[in-house]
Amino acid sequence: MTELPPASAKKLGLVIDLDTCVGCQACATNCKQWNAGGHLAPLPDMKPYSAGAEGVWFNRVHSYEAGEGAEGRTVHFPRSCLHCETPACVTVCPTGASYKRAEDGIVLVNTDTCIGCGLCAWACPYGARELDEDEGVMKKCTLCVDRIYNETIPEAQRQPACVITCPVGARHFGDLGDPESAVSQLVASRGGFDLMPEMGYAPTNKYLPPRRPMAPNPNPPAEAEPTTLDIKHPLMRWLDRALSR
Amino acid sequence: MNPAPSIILFTTASGAGYGLLFWLGVLRPLRLLPASPSFALVALVLSLLLITIGLASSLLHLGRPERAWRALSQWRSSWLSREGVAAIATYIPAVIFGLALLTDRPGLATVASMAAAIGAAITVWCTGMIYASLKPIRQWHLPSVAPGYLLHAGFTGAMLLAVLGALAGRPVVPAMLSVLLAIGALSAKRAYWQMIDAPRPATAPTIESATGLGAIGRTRPLDPPHTEQNWLLREMAFRLGRKHRDRLRSLVMAGFVATIPLAILAMLAGGPIGAVVMVLAALVALAAMLAERWLMFAEATHTVTLYYNGES
Repeated sequence: MTELPPASAKKLGLVIDLDTCVGCQACATNCKQWNAGGHLAPLPDMKPYSAGAEGVWFNRVHSYEAGEGAEGRTVHFPRSCLHCETPACVTVCPTGASYKRAEDGIVLVNTDTCIGCGLCAWACPYGARELDEDEGVMKKCTLCVDRIYNETIPEAQRQPACVITCPVGARHFGDLGDPESAVSQLVASRGGFDLMPEMGYAPTNKYLPPRRPMAPNPNPPAEAEPTTLDIKHPLMRWLDRALSR
Repeated sequence: MNPAPSIILFTTASGAGYGLLFWLGVLRPLRLLPASPSFALVALVLSLLLITIGLASSLLHLGRPERAWRALSQWRSSWLSREGVAAIATYIPAVIFGLALLTDRPGLATVASMAAAIGAAITVWCTGMIYASLKPIRQWHLPSVAPGYLLHAGFTGAMLLAVLGALAGRPVVPAMLSVLLAIGALSAKRAYWQMIDAPRPATAPTIESATGLGAIGRTRPLDPPHTEQNWLLREMAFRLGRKHRDRLRSLVMAGFVATIPLAILAMLAGGPIGAVVMVLAALVALAAMLAERWLMFAEATHTVTLYYNGES
């Protein structure tokens, strides 16, 4: 049913720290690896071994420059489905293949009933959905629904593939509907924000802003002067001593 | 947005078909068209043919056309689903209209034709709303888009009805109507282009709001996430339209304008010459419509391009 369910108390999502992300593409790569065999598998790759290689990825890591001069920053920016609270990708779906789970708010596609019209991708401001042109159906981030509830893997690994692989801990997974959860606390303490809030989609995923660069020390330590012992040439050493008197 | 030929053919052909069905259902009960059942039958068959070609073409756009029937289920939330339901529902009075004409039941024919006209208008409205409801595409998310689809369908439909009228020796009413609608379509299109060319309001999404980096300062892309194309870029970052925009807009305008003297000439000339000129006018109108629909897609930009090139 593509009508939205009543807002769930549980809102599973990601918190992405733009301060620590180093743009290494590990999240995108591990996402591709897991999901190539996961809930919405396969993720096609067209012409994988020649020019014009392309395929479906649930996660794309952009890099931006923001600000000017000393205030300017290079920011790496992973972009994936934000599991919005009012996702138009779900309501525009003519078949009911696109849906938002009532229990945890995850937005998914039923590839058995998707007709591949592409309207959901048009309705998503964030470019989170990519058409599988091999299978003729829409694919998107599943929030690793097949990992986070998976009782056959160790409990510590029941997190989205992108989160568990991030080498710098820039990605956090949790319940953003619970104000006491670690991710909600993180968002509150770091001033987490929504992408394109003016579109009114109310994304669940939050981004943490890059921290401000530290101000330069107003009293920098004096540079240590060379000692006599640093001067190897005897003539120079004598000159240094003579001039230092 | 990528101007997919299947969708352009669909909205142009079905639009003209629904327009023809609409005016047939409106003008015939008012006795403004040739009264013979054969005239109405020819017009009905032509309209259903165009509608069916268009709908079949729209199926080509689907990744899984064999599942198209599933699209009829979500009419409570989806304009695409509503369009499908309205399109199929409109066949019912249209077919009853045809059967009533064949079995010589003028009362039933009138009622069924009016119901078909309502169905045609609702279907075209739903088509327009599919586009108008998409917030990420600012050139479509406008109150004038759905009425524009109605106007264009009415214009091309009236042109076709005028062709049939000219062939039957009574072109004046539909031809006059098509001239009025051509003027309407012209001014609506001009207003639309002025609107989408206007500077964007400060509340429109920008690369800064898309990335949330505006607090740091002006944001610009440094490295792309992938060096090759992907479906998103081919579907939503189509740029050819903006390159040829001005020339194509002039062609659309010229096409719409040209139908006016042609239709008037056809009315004045009458007879076989009038019919030939009216056919020419209708062909020009349909060609201009195809160009207009191509532009409607090619000029539209999607907010996902903010992430890729900082513009939308």
